[in-house]
Amino acid sequence: MRKRKVGIVQQIFVHGFLILASIVTATPFFWMISTSFKTPQEIYTIPPKFIPSEITLKNYVDLFKGVNFGRPLLNTIIIALIAPPLSILLNSMAGYAFSKFRFKGRELLMLLILGTMMIPGQMTLIPAYLVVRFLNMLNTYRGIIIPGLVGAGSIFFWRQFIKGIPDEIIESAKIDGANELLIYFKIILPLSTPFLVTSFVFAFIGAWNAFLWPLIVATDERMYTLPVAVSIIAGQYGENIGTILAGSTLVVLPILIVFLIAQKYVIRGIAMTGLKF
Amino acid sequence: MRNTLWEVFLFVGPSLLLLLIFTVLPVITSLFLSITDFNAYSFMDWSRTNIVWFQNFIEVLHDDLFWKSVFNTIYAFLLAYPTTIFFSLLFAFLLNRKETYFKNFFRLLIYLPSVTSTIAVAVVWSWILNPKYGLLNWFLSFFGVPRQEWLSDTKWAMFAVVALVVWKAIGPNMLLFIAGLQGIPEELYEAAEIDGANRWQQFFYITLPGLKPILLFVSVMLGIGYLQLFEEPYMLTGGGPLNSTLSIVLYLYQKGFRAFEFGYASSVAFILFLMIFGLTYIQMKLRIYQE
Repeated sequence: MRKRKVGIVQQIFVHGFLILASIVTATPFFWMISTSFKTPQEIYTIPPKFIPSEITLKNYVDLFKGVNFGRPLLNTIIIALIAPPLSILLNSMAGYAFSKFRFKGRELLMLLILGTMMIPGQMTLIPAYLVVRFLNMLNTYRGIIIPGLVGAGSIFFWRQFIKGIPDEIIESAKIDGANELLIYFKIILPLSTPFLVTSFVFAFIGAWNAFLWPLIVATDERMYTLPVAVSIIAGQYGENIGTILAGSTLVVLPILIVFLIAQKYVIRGIAMTGLKF
Repeated sequence: MRNTLWEVFLFVGPSLLLLLIFTVLPVITSLFLSITDFNAYSFMDWSRTNIVWFQNFIEVLHDDLFWKSVFNTIYAFLLAYPTTIFFSLLFAFLLNRKETYFKNFFRLLIYLPSVTSTIAVAVVWSWILNPKYGLLNWFLSFFGVPRQEWLSDTKWAMFAVVALVVWKAIGPNMLLFIAGLQGIPEELYEAAEIDGANRWQQFFYITLPGLKPILLFVSVMLGIGYLQLFEEPYMLTGGGPLNSTLSIVLYLYQKGFRAFEFGYASSVAFILFLMIFGLTYIQMKLRIYQE
């Protein structure tokens, strides 16, 4: 252990700076939640009131009665619960095949798949929209979910992770007569639990927050997702800011809760994906 | 023992098919679209689409608004890139000190913005930046700063957009830098100390070279991400005032999904792709020559 004398001045300076940074970081969240519970009188006032003196749920009631936020909420919950497991299933199965299967052209195929990572999403945006339109999947859950399910990056990370699982386990299962599907479900997936949880959290957050794609393919009011609905009511002139911020809170709060519960996995995931390069 | 074709097909087939339909096929289609005049009428009658070859590209290159969006995007990139790297590195150092207390708490809090929806958070930002009732103007008034129209003043609007971008980007990059710092062997510092190297020398000769791989990764990812700037200006300013925050992707979105000029928008997308590709290539080359 390297020991260094650290002056009290330095300690105060460092911690003071970190506390300041934390306040700056947390203020928008605090302000969002606080404002969403205020009455209009307390929202439009200077100096601003940090804690509402009278807590009202009217903004939230308006959200569901006035601008019909129920449907977007339901849509987003459905999408964020269906997309992650499907995405993990597809990517991890491919990742398993690319790390443990023996077939001709395996490495070449993986390389080709990795090549698609160079293509920015914006380039495929318009044609992907046309494909979805052609398949009659505009304004459907399928149209929102399916195009984003498979990612070259995810397949690659799954492949790297599964490579760490010893071949002997798989071989002995094969000798016992297990087929690849059984091995995948009974051995590979259970042994991948930490990575699985990380992937799920990331996929859930990604699906919950997704904006540009749902904005484009879900133009029917009944198919709006939460972020799209927030962007629409925020754009409506004269809408009460309390109601809009109640909508924002509804988008942000569940993610904050999921993140706080699963933070260990998220932080590990970031470190893992970064260090692989 | 080789795997049967059926097994390979079962495990790789679905992923491959989706990649083909939603990534490979669209790239080819995109190139094709960019040489056509595909527009709103083409939806009703495909035969009305004509091949115009490089007409779109010529028009794009003569389009002042396009150049404005390129300029804005580069401007945003130049503002956001060093700021993000600086703060991410700074927090990484501070939270990697042995003597820092409450590391997990600070790390968690600084990471928090990056997991939240940009759209939802942008609403709060625009409320904080509200000229009349906003927190920021109220706070600054204590220092005698006059009321500013943050989002409708061409002088400030891009700063507001970049501030939101940076606020969201610091967390994950900080984590990457912390991981990088922890990967540098402790012995190097001990040896340097014995040899009499001071803190700055240790920083320049051990820490920075040790962080190089992570720095390259972060640089490339940030470059790619910032050139695709969209959600922040879309929500905060809508590209305004006077197109001062119109980014390339926002322009592409407006041309493609507001005006339905898909041919034209595809040309813009292709030029963006070339820019991202070029930037990534330059960064890779630069770092390799430095080795």
